[in-house]
Amino acid sequence: MTFPIDTNPNFADYAKGEALVSTSWVDEHKGSKGLIIIECDEDILLYSTGHVPGAIKLDWHTELNDAVIRDYLSSEDMAKLLSDKGVSREDTLVIYGDKSNWWATYAFWVLKLFGHEDVRIMDGGRAKWISEGRELTKDLPQFEKTSYPVVERQDSKIRAFREDVIEHLGKPLIDVRSPQEYSGERTHMPDYPDEGALRGGHIPTAASVPWAKAVNEDQTFKSLADLNQIYRVDAGIKDADDVIAYCRIGERSSHTWFVLTYLLGIPKVRNYDGSWTEWGSLVRVPIVKGTEPGAIPEVF
Amino acid sequence: MAYSSQAQEILETFSEVPDSSKLDLLLEFADGLPDLPVRYQDHPELLERVEECQSPVFLFVEVDEKVHIYLTAPKEAPTTRGFAAILQSALDNQVPSEVLAFDDAFVNELGLTKLVSPLRIRGMNGMLHRIKRQVRQKLDAS
Repeated sequence: MTFPIDTNPNFADYAKGEALVSTSWVDEHKGSKGLIIIECDEDILLYSTGHVPGAIKLDWHTELNDAVIRDYLSSEDMAKLLSDKGVSREDTLVIYGDKSNWWATYAFWVLKLFGHEDVRIMDGGRAKWISEGRELTKDLPQFEKTSYPVVERQDSKIRAFREDVIEHLGKPLIDVRSPQEYSGERTHMPDYPDEGALRGGHIPTAASVPWAKAVNEDQTFKSLADLNQIYRVDAGIKDADDVIAYCRIGERSSHTWFVLTYLLGIPKVRNYDGSWTEWGSLVRVPIVKGTEPGAIPEVF
Repeated sequence: MAYSSQAQEILETFSEVPDSSKLDLLLEFADGLPDLPVRYQDHPELLERVEECQSPVFLFVEVDEKVHIYLTAPKEAPTTRGFAAILQSALDNQVPSEVLAFDDAFVNELGLTKLVSPLRIRGMNGMLHRIKRQVRQKLDAS
């Protein structure tokens, strides 16, 4: 790691607390060579209203996905994107965003598909930076293009496809959507089938743990003790478990993936980015409606 | 197609700029969304929540000879504010029949569907439908 880890005592308990930095750490190190600060928001206009000085913008909607196929960028396209943004392979990347770092953790997860080693999240995100009265600027950073190498995307460790989920049935699944989406009470979106699903409900046996349970009101992550209660005690996740998290399109579940992997240190966690928009439209896969996790049918 | 002249003007403005500048234009609209009049600021119960939007957006419609539209959305949600401001500019001060005849295709014709997520576009459609519904209800009641 190029930059020192943040020794903030709030991070000391987490399994891999080095994946977090505080707003004060960012304030101290911003502008340093080799540190790239990235803003990734749910509301893509926010960056233009003012951002951390020197931060670049990453647009989750237009920049991380293939334009035609429902997939992430190819290795070549990611290399081009990061080169155009002035990122080098050995840089320390610190990502922050709105909505409790929801999209920041999504960008983190996508960057990890490409094995970028030193990626960190600014705890509390944009809201904490602003609430502390820290500097914002509308000035766009000046940087030179780099030549980020073409790195093969590695999906198998942290990404699950539908076949993986079918094979996984019987092992822990976490549904991080709202209770209404989990129960199937909230229906699909008729005008927008591309982001909707034809059926409502959840994957059999999935535990319902809405993603935002993992954050405090000030948008920082909850303490290890609180997270242990939510995931290890209430949801019954054990360290030896193979866990898959899902939501609607895989963004909210990246947040839970980050919490389980980096804060709790569960070794095998994958994010099913096809999520409900895929599962809820697949032919003949089992679905459970209602508030109970339900059982896997013997035949389907 | 049935558009007000303001709406036509907005569509032309968006179509004249390249994709890369469309978001800047949306931000200009967001910055220009007027505050709620004082009579609504203290009466949140009069406002209707636009459930289709991820951010808290509230609206209220008054109908006399013309339709008057009031929308509010938080500063932390500039995209939503931008959409609210566009609809407000397109529909405010029109006669009720014009608002009801307003073509729903407007939202897609802004050319923003590639740049913002479908959920956002859905939120804007939600605002438009709720504006029309309030106009209909208020005409029925009068």
